[in-house]
Amino acid sequence: MADRKKRYRNDKSDHKQDRETKQDDVDESSPVIQMFRTFQKILDEKHDKHERIVKLSRDITIESKRAIFLLHRFKNVNDSEDIIQQTETKLLDLERSKFKDVAMELQGTDPYQFLRAYSPGLQEYIEALSFFVYLKDNTIIPLKDVQARLTFKTDCQTVNKDDSEGSTDETIQTIQVFVPPSEYILGLADLTGEMMRRAINSVGDGDLNRPFEICAVLQEVELAYSKLTHSNREVNRKLTVLRQSLRKVESACYTLKVRGSEIPKHMLVDVISKSNAYASADFLDECVVEDD
Amino acid sequence: EIRTIVRDLEQSAREILTQIQTVHQSDGIKCVQEICNGITPLFGNIQKGMQILAGKIPDSQYYRYSDQWRFLIQRLAFLAAFLTYLQTESVISMQDVATLIGVKVLREEGFHIDLEDYLMGLLQLASELSRLAVNAVTAGDYGRPMRIAKFVGELDSGFRLLNLKNDSLRKRFDGLKYDLKKVEEVVYDLTIRGLKPAE
Repeated sequence: MADRKKRYRNDKSDHKQDRETKQDDVDESSPVIQMFRTFQKILDEKHDKHERIVKLSRDITIESKRAIFLLHRFKNVNDSEDIIQQTETKLLDLERSKFKDVAMELQGTDPYQFLRAYSPGLQEYIEALSFFVYLKDNTIIPLKDVQARLTFKTDCQTVNKDDSEGSTDETIQTIQVFVPPSEYILGLADLTGEMMRRAINSVGDGDLNRPFEICAVLQEVELAYSKLTHSNREVNRKLTVLRQSLRKVESACYTLKVRGSEIPKHMLVDVISKSNAYASADFLDECVVEDD
Repeated sequence: EIRTIVRDLEQSAREILTQIQTVHQSDGIKCVQEICNGITPLFGNIQKGMQILAGKIPDSQYYRYSDQWRFLIQRLAFLAAFLTYLQTESVISMQDVATLIGVKVLREEGFHIDLEDYLMGLLQLASELSRLAVNAVTAGDYGRPMRIAKFVGELDSGFRLLNLKNDSLRKRFDGLKYDLKKVEEVVYDLTIRGLKPAE
């Protein structure tokens, strides 16, 4: 019995050495041990798959963030065609490589089982994709379009078991990365943050109308999300951030409206940023402190 | 909706638990067989409840709601394992747990029990047995702790083959060595006092 305790302490050292020592000392003929060997395989497979999906999700997050940075340089449809093109390519590459790999991993599993592994990447991607579609077409991409982009066809060769010659059948399988409505909603909430940045940046670019457009959109979105607060804790968190973003944009619109004609254009952005800084600090107050 | 069904099942599980824990009492250890016979029909209620629960879950949404019944399934796995131990002093297989509770084993077959939940049940059994070892001595049964030591030792060897992540299963497994230590202390106490029964 004491040997077993000693062995346990040694296990912490070298991993590979671990597994070999275990194999020598363990009674392989015991049915209990054999049972646990099977368990070991099953658990290892599950954990490894989970890890692979998490790695892919991290790559997806990085690429999506880069796409969003790219999109923030977009001025309007006429001047910035190449940005649209570049982003389109980026997103397509992402879908064809990383998302397809995730779909391959998820093949044959329950859609919700590994959702937490790829959820961060998926939400970041939806944020990037919806921002892209909004800039290009001035609409919000619907859920089924998002799902369609993450659905793939694979050629799969299956061997005909009945045929004695061993001929193969070519079947086209559809695999997908499942996008539950909840993930779509959470991804769109992140979009509002980017829209807020775009509104503020527009002032610096000289487009003084866009903040008002974006303000209207954000107000609609905020009303819609307020109805969802009871279903999901994460929605509440996103809604808090959304409301902060909305306040910033509203305060920028206010500044433009009231003082737009007084302040020289190149100073407008500074004035707005300062009043936004106050707004964030007094988040719970009803009135916005003006800077002079 | 699912919560209501789960609550009913938890109620039934509690009944089984109270009955099965009577073995810890001094007279309980002597009429183990009767206790087991009394419990077996109670599992019938569990099976019926599981049918209802399984009916409510559409095919591909098991993991969407799995957190609702995870604790319950672990508790039931433990109870099934405990019952089998009392009857045969062997480790219950995952298939037998599934049959006793009224669920399937593989996801493809329908509403199933997860491997991790079954393993949690086994770990809970180890804790319960360490308690039983102590109470067995109090009740005068000096042979049982020896057998429990071997049983729990085997479980420990098995579990150490697994590569666990840092989740709740891993934490529970860390407790297993303390359970094993406790049982070995009981064996030690008996041995040095010459109370170990003849083999």
